[in-house]
Amino acid sequence: MGKVIIAKDLTKRFGSFTAVDKISFEVEKGEIFGFLGANGAGKTTAMRMLCGLSLPSSGTATVAGFDVYKENELIKKNIGYMSQKFSLYEDLTISENIQFYGGIYGLTDERIEEKTKSLVKQLHLEGQEKTLVRALPLGWKQKLALSIAIVHDPAIVFLDEPTGGVDPVTRREFWSLIYEASERGITVFVTTHYMDEAEYCNRVSIMVDGRIDALDTPASLMRNYAAASMDEVFLHLARKAVRTE
Amino acid sequence: MQSVIVQNIVKNYVSKKTSVEALKDISFSVEKGEIFGIIGPDGAGKTSLFRILTTLLLADSGNASVDGFDVVKDYKQIRNRVGYMPGKFSLYQDLSVQENLEFFATIFNTSIQQNYDLIKEIYQQIEPFKTRKAGQLSGGMKQKLALSCALIHKPSVLFLDEPTTGVDAVSRKEFWEMLHRLKLQGITILVSTPYMDEASLCDRVALIQKGEILSIDTPKGIAAGFKKPLWAMRANEMFHLMNAIKADDSVESCYPFGQYHHVVFKTQKDGRTKLEEIAMKGHYSNVEIKSIEPNIEDCFMALMRG
Repeated sequence: MGKVIIAKDLTKRFGSFTAVDKISFEVEKGEIFGFLGANGAGKTTAMRMLCGLSLPSSGTATVAGFDVYKENELIKKNIGYMSQKFSLYEDLTISENIQFYGGIYGLTDERIEEKTKSLVKQLHLEGQEKTLVRALPLGWKQKLALSIAIVHDPAIVFLDEPTGGVDPVTRREFWSLIYEASERGITVFVTTHYMDEAEYCNRVSIMVDGRIDALDTPASLMRNYAAASMDEVFLHLARKAVRTE
Repeated sequence: MQSVIVQNIVKNYVSKKTSVEALKDISFSVEKGEIFGIIGPDGAGKTSLFRILTTLLLADSGNASVDGFDVVKDYKQIRNRVGYMPGKFSLYQDLSVQENLEFFATIFNTSIQQNYDLIKEIYQQIEPFKTRKAGQLSGGMKQKLALSCALIHKPSVLFLDEPTTGVDAVSRKEFWEMLHRLKLQGITILVSTPYMDEASLCDRVALIQKGEILSIDTPKGIAAGFKKPLWAMRANEMFHLMNAIKADDSVESCYPFGQYHHVVFKTQKDGRTKLEEIAMKGHYSNVEIKSIEPNIEDCFMALMRG
């Protein structure tokens, strides 16, 4: 299976308002796919459909090989999700969070124990397994949250603005974890407001007014729009938006 | 004239189990009519500082004045002359756009008509929705309403706590254009942000991290404080290239910046030769190496390293 997401004419209407308007795209296994758009362009609605949380009005899509209409429960089992707002339980310890999410995703006790060890080692958190997540600095929480979102080795992980408010060094450490996940074959679907992060993606799509107006590698997008950075590409496209959130 | 003076402000949050030093002996001052940026990540102390200056929180020690008034003794005068837009949306969700604005105007003994000129440009963008409840506005419209409410009594100093967090690049640009027009009216603006690239839009900035100010200067002055040569390098295999650069003993730091990695060496020897050597050894293709000027993020990370 080479394609983790296949979306064709995917559409979501709320009454007379078309939030997502016939978007079509494919995402390869192991790819880091940037999903950009201005506030209100339809990113969240599109992501909710792809995560099996909201049924499309029309069009088709499969995620990790499962149909978004009929197999949304299977989709939920085979994806990871993390955002700045929703990540970990603050009043549980590091190892309890791993245990909890591992359990939710149906890992065996042995597997959870293995994962706890490797994850704590990878994040250099040895000796802090019993620390409450609340006591960790934001950057550490976000790194831990990403590692836990992929604790069940999903086909794809959805990251919704994972680096908001994080310091510049930690932001880059976080992206190292994203690269490592992608090297392991996990597809990464990420939204961000930091345009330098868009340049770390293999390919980037830009949504405007519910449609995907551009989709290519950052280098090609910059060449096509004669822009020096992704920031310029984004401003050029997003300014065309007619609808106001 | 100095609009805001902060001297040796200390603030700790102490609970039974933990104690957090939110502000560790902070001092700075802001000139009248200046746009002063407080730039730092979450947990740096930005909100604590704003709450102390807007008289909503008492410092443990130190002094501060706003528009010539002491933040402790003269809190009533200060509350009449400052506008404050908190990071969290704090208007009345169950009042309409117009009702919120009228409410704030009335509280400050003024009317929308009296200061309409000041908010006109911002408020006009949400006026078509003036009967809509504030809780039902989109993020961008909430932001515009909050700014209108913070301005309706014509404050002399405006405090904006992370007004652009979570806002897309286009709206952020528009918001900064609004701030520059407000500055022309003589309003002093203190604005906090976690987005380092916004530093260049301020007259002066304070870089803040874990309750300490790392540096205060003009954006150009901050860049000039970066003393070591800075190199940018790219090649076909960026992730492997970064690991290869980091593995070299002569490298002080290597961070990804969009399409390039930014590299600083421990000593000021010829960085280009060293990077070419690394490129040769790793058989990278499409290699580009250039000497560059540091941006605010380069400076912030160098200051974080100490």
